[in-house]
Amino acid sequence: MSETNLHFRERMDLTGNVSDRRRARARSKITGKTIALVLAGTVLLMIAGMALFAPWIAPFDPTAIDLGNRLAPASSTHILGTDHLGRDMLSRLIWGARPSLGSVVTIAVLIMATGFLTGSLSGYAGGWVDSLIMRVCEAFMTFPTFILALFFIGVFGMGMTNVVIAIVLTHWAWYARIVRSIVLNLRHRDYILAARAAGGGPVKIFLRHITPPVLAQLMILATLDLGHMMLHVSGLSFLGLGIQPPSPEWGCMINDARQQIWTNPGLALIPGLMIFLTVLAFNIPGELLRDRLDPSLLEREGD
Amino acid sequence: MTRFIFRRLVTLVPLLFGVSVIVFLLLHLGPNDPAMSYLRLSNIPPTDAALEEARETLGLNRPLLEQYLAWLSRAVRLDFGISYTTKAPVTRHLLHYLPNTIYLAAVSMLITVALSLPLGILAAKSKGRWPDHLSRLLAYIGVSTPSFWLAFLMIIVFAVRLGWLPTMGLGGFRHVIMPAFSVALMSTCINMRLIRGNMLEQMHTRHVLYARLRGVKEGYILKGHVLKNSLIPVVTALGMHVGEILGGAVVAEVIFSWPGVGRYAVSAIYNRDFPVMQCFILMMTAIFVLCNLLTDILYAFLDPRIRLQEQEGNHV
Repeated sequence: MSETNLHFRERMDLTGNVSDRRRARARSKITGKTIALVLAGTVLLMIAGMALFAPWIAPFDPTAIDLGNRLAPASSTHILGTDHLGRDMLSRLIWGARPSLGSVVTIAVLIMATGFLTGSLSGYAGGWVDSLIMRVCEAFMTFPTFILALFFIGVFGMGMTNVVIAIVLTHWAWYARIVRSIVLNLRHRDYILAARAAGGGPVKIFLRHITPPVLAQLMILATLDLGHMMLHVSGLSFLGLGIQPPSPEWGCMINDARQQIWTNPGLALIPGLMIFLTVLAFNIPGELLRDRLDPSLLEREGD
Repeated sequence: MTRFIFRRLVTLVPLLFGVSVIVFLLLHLGPNDPAMSYLRLSNIPPTDAALEEARETLGLNRPLLEQYLAWLSRAVRLDFGISYTTKAPVTRHLLHYLPNTIYLAAVSMLITVALSLPLGILAAKSKGRWPDHLSRLLAYIGVSTPSFWLAFLMIIVFAVRLGWLPTMGLGGFRHVIMPAFSVALMSTCINMRLIRGNMLEQMHTRHVLYARLRGVKEGYILKGHVLKNSLIPVVTALGMHVGEILGGAVVAEVIFSWPGVGRYAVSAIYNRDFPVMQCFILMMTAIFVLCNLLTDILYAFLDPRIRLQEQEGNHV
């Protein structure tokens, strides 16, 4: 019952069958998509590199204040200039990749874990456990996600940890529902029956025959959702609810630059560009996959 | 139809109950003592005696279930207590700001519909040609753009460089343009692709093929058969986008100093003003649920399959 549902409804099917025809089409129409994918991969690798090697590649300390050198324009020492406290922009951008990327990956892992545990419990146990978990999911899905995240941070306090928890809390229900439907779908397959006939206990069947396919699909879903999560994180950081100053974070840097928008617009634009590029790079594989499910493309094969 | 609406209303009861439990539990299991915030915002030194007294006034030392029931009975009457900061009734304050937020959200929704509809139709009609590719590119960019960044881009272009649009506050229609666009972009792009997809799906149904065989004009087929059917699912989608738009409105209100509930709520978060936060979340959720209910009813009304089924149900 919420906006995230939209993304999911479209994505639910795409983890299913990849037909031979679809593969054949991928081979024949490779150019534009390949370029987009390679570009997206390059951007992500670069940003991951920035995050990993920040201490070595950043030219300055991202938190070193130099009030004598405030709002300096781009120069050979400060390639992107300095901000309102004289801190080097480039170094802050490089260090800012860490919380931005780190939080998104943490969120994805935590959402997968909670979604998997609750969803598979619900699907595998059935009965009142199932209906209880599903009712809780529905209640969580009743809230507008961003508003619930705001409320959570309001109650539990600001900071990156709480931003991460807030986003997990507002998104796990969709994952739980999907995991449940996958588990229900698998439960009555012949190979599960065969495993049971061969004397496998429920725990063993669950671990060996249900967990691997569910996890595989879950990981695809979470990867496709990384861009969406990143927008949530940066939105909350922008409101000043995420990482607290002076630590650099992209959303937070835009918030810092608000006063300088008339004089130094670059201070707000460059961190935003980083967020945009990262989200775009996260989204491209997912959007390409979604286009493959495009009814018009499916139809073209039939013609 | 009335039966359908009634049934739909009944399903809301457990949902709203769940919502109230979640809000209440989060409020009370949080690490922050509301009594402490209350004292701090009232400028009372937090001595043990003062804390005890504040807990007594706020009813915090009674059993949890009793607190919940008391809270619920007040919430149902829209009484969310008194703001810790302004000492005024929260509901009245938020209701004062609410029309501004609804105005912003409504204009955003209008922009979403007004842009996504023609663009989606155009993309579907020109499938595989450049308008379609352009709309796909626009969609990729649109769903990846942080709304606050778009807001700054617009401010820099239209306010700083060109000086066309005001950047702050409430005023004439020119004031709402930039905030509404920054909120609407994401929904517009998602919706545009949805309309395109639905239309292409409809174009390949049998009744359209038959109409084409009969020699019906392509323009009429599009209007009469394809468009009608492909817009019905869009109604539901728009209802779901209300959540996205309400969330986006919070960010836009902060950037453009828009006097709405979102901006008020964000300052309440900084101040730990609990009554304001709970009133805010329940109000927004209520609007969201209401919009979804309305779109569900509209959907049932528009889709003859559901409408007729309901009527048959009534006869049996």
